[in-house]
Amino acid sequence: MQAWCFICFNGSVMPDTPHIHRSAAAASNPLAQEPLPKIGLSPEDLAQMYRTMVLSRTLDERIYQLNRGGKAAIFGSAQGHEAAQIGCIRGTDPSRDHYLIYYRQLTAMLALGTTPLELLLGFLAREGEPLSMARQFPLHGAHPRVDLFSFSNVVATQVPQAVGVALADRMRQEDRVTIVFFGDGAASQGDTHEGMNFAAIHKLPVVFFCENNRFAISVPLRKQMAVENISSRAAGYGFPGVTVDGTDMIAVYEAVSAAVARARAGQGPTLIEAMVYRLLPHTTDDDHTRYLTKEEIDLMHREGDPIPKAAKLLRDRGLLSAAEEQTVKAEAQRTVNEATEKAEAAPYPPVEEMYRHVYSNSSGPSGKGSQ
Amino acid sequence: MPTMTVIEAVRDAMRGEMRRDPRIFIMGEDVGARGGVFLASEGFLQEFGESRVIDTPLAESSIVGIALGAAVNGMRPIAEIQFADFVWPAINQLVGEAARVRYGTGGRKTAPIVVRIPYGGGVRGGLYHSQSPEVIFAHTPGLRVVAPATPYDAKGMLISALRGDDPVVFFEHKRTYRLVRGEVPADAYMEPCDKAEVKRPGTDLSIFAYGLMLHYALEAARLVHEQDGISAEVVDLRSLRPLDTETILDSVRRTSKALVVQEDTPAVSVGSEVAAVIAEHVFFDLDAPVMRVAPPEIPPMPFSPLQEAAFMPSPEKIAAAIRELAAI
Repeated sequence: MQAWCFICFNGSVMPDTPHIHRSAAAASNPLAQEPLPKIGLSPEDLAQMYRTMVLSRTLDERIYQLNRGGKAAIFGSAQGHEAAQIGCIRGTDPSRDHYLIYYRQLTAMLALGTTPLELLLGFLAREGEPLSMARQFPLHGAHPRVDLFSFSNVVATQVPQAVGVALADRMRQEDRVTIVFFGDGAASQGDTHEGMNFAAIHKLPVVFFCENNRFAISVPLRKQMAVENISSRAAGYGFPGVTVDGTDMIAVYEAVSAAVARARAGQGPTLIEAMVYRLLPHTTDDDHTRYLTKEEIDLMHREGDPIPKAAKLLRDRGLLSAAEEQTVKAEAQRTVNEATEKAEAAPYPPVEEMYRHVYSNSSGPSGKGSQ
Repeated sequence: MPTMTVIEAVRDAMRGEMRRDPRIFIMGEDVGARGGVFLASEGFLQEFGESRVIDTPLAESSIVGIALGAAVNGMRPIAEIQFADFVWPAINQLVGEAARVRYGTGGRKTAPIVVRIPYGGGVRGGLYHSQSPEVIFAHTPGLRVVAPATPYDAKGMLISALRGDDPVVFFEHKRTYRLVRGEVPADAYMEPCDKAEVKRPGTDLSIFAYGLMLHYALEAARLVHEQDGISAEVVDLRSLRPLDTETILDSVRRTSKALVVQEDTPAVSVGSEVAAVIAEHVFFDLDAPVMRVAPPEIPPMPFSPLQEAAFMPSPEKIAAAIRELAAI
């Protein structure tokens, strides 16, 4: 019987045979060596992407601290997903495109312009939280400036919803693309199938962006599916599916740019599967040592952390000196510290606020009686 | 004034609103060339074209989920669920998602979808073409749930639903589609989606019903009036969420007796809530316990005709309950 290696993500590991992991370098994108103009990113773009990744990591670590200190109720960390999210957002146009995200999307939210303060107000459930008025779990609700929303914790509900968003654009003949984010867990849901099938039938401008971190909480891929890649399912719907190294921001950017161009050209949807590592447990309430060995966890951090990889990419191109690397970290730390102070000083929303927005006519506490 | 059946009134409302508002479109199984299995959208494909009359794959969750996404992005979709019995796969997109869009985004996003659901029994539909699942939705804050019984209400309430900004679950009783005919203005008009209506005034007791049961209750009220001289008031609930408690309580205050009639099984149902609000607010106005006419607690509903008839409330069963309640 074949065994699976979750690091290499394949089923070819033979029991009782010494296994050498497929190195990250071997799987890396040849485009990483291409001159910048060819890939459509300027040196400043790359530097900006790197800064956002570092900011995301810094904020991520702070939220963990706040959770462990009893201040932030829950958090599904994005550590390990940063390159996939920044690469994806960079391949889209936030001034017109739609984003339906899920809960592990801290980097995407920063890349789309929500501030660390706005996000921390959410994690601490404070007044002024702009996405859901602190009614929802952090990162859920609607972005105040970009057309981004996330209603639910029921995974994959956003997939048919995204298809509907794209359908509306098609009906009005508006040139906008819808990007829907989900994980490998959501790929098993019927809603994912139904949404992809409908998008294919109508050739809708949707990018299905799967961040495959190899685990649905604790359930590994080999117990979620019998095929090696989620992207292979796209063929069953009649549109392209590609798997990319999700720890390589340029590879992800390239794949998403191509999918967005395809959607804008009226050629229909694309499924992109970005292979990433979830460096921390599913959420602050999970403990991944229950289902991963120490060796696996160490290996994952060594091979799969996108931030050192991005730093190396910039250094190799002469875009980041050791001193600049320290400056980027220090700036991120200062930004997050300031945001934390402000967020912690904010009050909780008053109780009366909870009665609003149930119906179009429930405007305040008087809405209590209107059901 | 022209007369129409319920299904004609539904079609008339949709056609008029689709002509008026380009944001409105219809999607569902067989709504295109077939015109819907009940012909609610007959002729729509020819008039509005494939982009606004969308035959979907057989996949209810995505019918509602896609409609929801389109609504959040500025459209006004009508999602047709072919039979209420098939709505279960879409419950999550309705109860879990659509109901919470406005609330969960602090009012930044809204989901003005109208989900039309033919429901109800007495049509030899067996276990999977007879169900009345309205209470699932009526339990859900954020949804509006209506069940008009007459052609006039069907048209006026559907127009209101389509012009409103909330998600509406619109229940249409299958047996009323062609059985019930009535006067319907040719022009557009709006009937409120949150108001009950006294369909027959009376003084001895109040009957609360909706859908097909409204017609059975009216028939029963006529019978007991002719045969026993009992004056029964019949209140058409029309809106199941929100319940129009004002109209319900006002009627009970005047008659002092309440009979709730429903086709859904009684435990934890719309009728339970009607009885509860009466007990809560006008208990001391009551001269008798609240009575209910409802089916037995078995899965709705047997296919075999004697059993189906035994399951369904009927004008005769309602009349018997009226006589019993009037005698207290």
